[in-house]
Amino acid sequence: MKVSILQFPGTNCEYDTQHAFEELGAQTEIVWHKSETIPANTDLLVVAGGFSYGDYLRSGAIAKFSPVMKAVHAYASNGGKVLGICNGFQVLTESGLLPGALKRNEHLHFISKHHHLQVINNDNIFLEKLNNGDVVNIPIAHHDGNYYIDAQGLKELESNNQILLKYTDQNGAIQNPNGSVESIAGVCNKEKNVFGLMPHPERAMELVLGSDDGIKMLQGFLK
Amino acid sequence: MKAIVNISLKAGVLDSQGKAVHHALDSLHFSGVDDVRVGKQIILQLNTQDKVQAMADVTKMCEDLLANTVIEDYAIELV
Repeated sequence: MKVSILQFPGTNCEYDTQHAFEELGAQTEIVWHKSETIPANTDLLVVAGGFSYGDYLRSGAIAKFSPVMKAVHAYASNGGKVLGICNGFQVLTESGLLPGALKRNEHLHFISKHHHLQVINNDNIFLEKLNNGDVVNIPIAHHDGNYYIDAQGLKELESNNQILLKYTDQNGAIQNPNGSVESIAGVCNKEKNVFGLMPHPERAMELVLGSDDGIKMLQGFLK
Repeated sequence: MKAIVNISLKAGVLDSQGKAVHHALDSLHFSGVDDVRVGKQIILQLNTQDKVQAMADVTKMCEDLLANTVIEDYAIELV
């Protein structure tokens, strides 16, 4: 199992992500954004969190033109599995690989804390080790995590089971930290090979750090 | 020629910054404001005098990069 992790100027979660996947037994490689190719034997491509290009213009807006992104599009359209975490999610929506957009948090604060999430659809490789309705505890750390999609787009997400996770309290009741439409924390594409979420499963790998609920999420990719 | 591009959140997309500014204006007793929208302005110094070409180019820039048309509208003024 080989996990390749993209690194843009301003990415800052690539080493956490690398550590998390290596703890699970995967081989990893960090790929600089100037690379025009993705390592040939990549089983999962992760767009890691951070502040690519300083979030200038909009979060993820400049990164989408990095040389490596052409290869990411080609990889995804051939069915390759892509996971965008936090800024990676923003890059994937800006690139059009995932629907919707991430706006400034409703109350304008940067939010950094553990938050509960409920699994909405587990009929995909990312969440298949969890059950629908399960509640996990995963850190969030973002300023632009307010997921927006128009009414028509939301209908499509719902009817195709593309909503992965929603922000809730520990009992699974909706609790929306940032104003996201329908409290959405993560979505996938129709084909279910491109995944994006604002929370950081790679930061929830050890109980001593508050939660190890991220293990079951990332393990889904390890076959 | 200059292109002045004004970008704002679409009508119907909640503008939290606009709301915060509106609230602050209320606190200062500026009671004549019904709504506030906060946007951004990007000024491009162009090296062409061809307005038709300039409008076409800047429109493409907005669609590709300057605006995210999922949530934002843009208006271009050539001066």
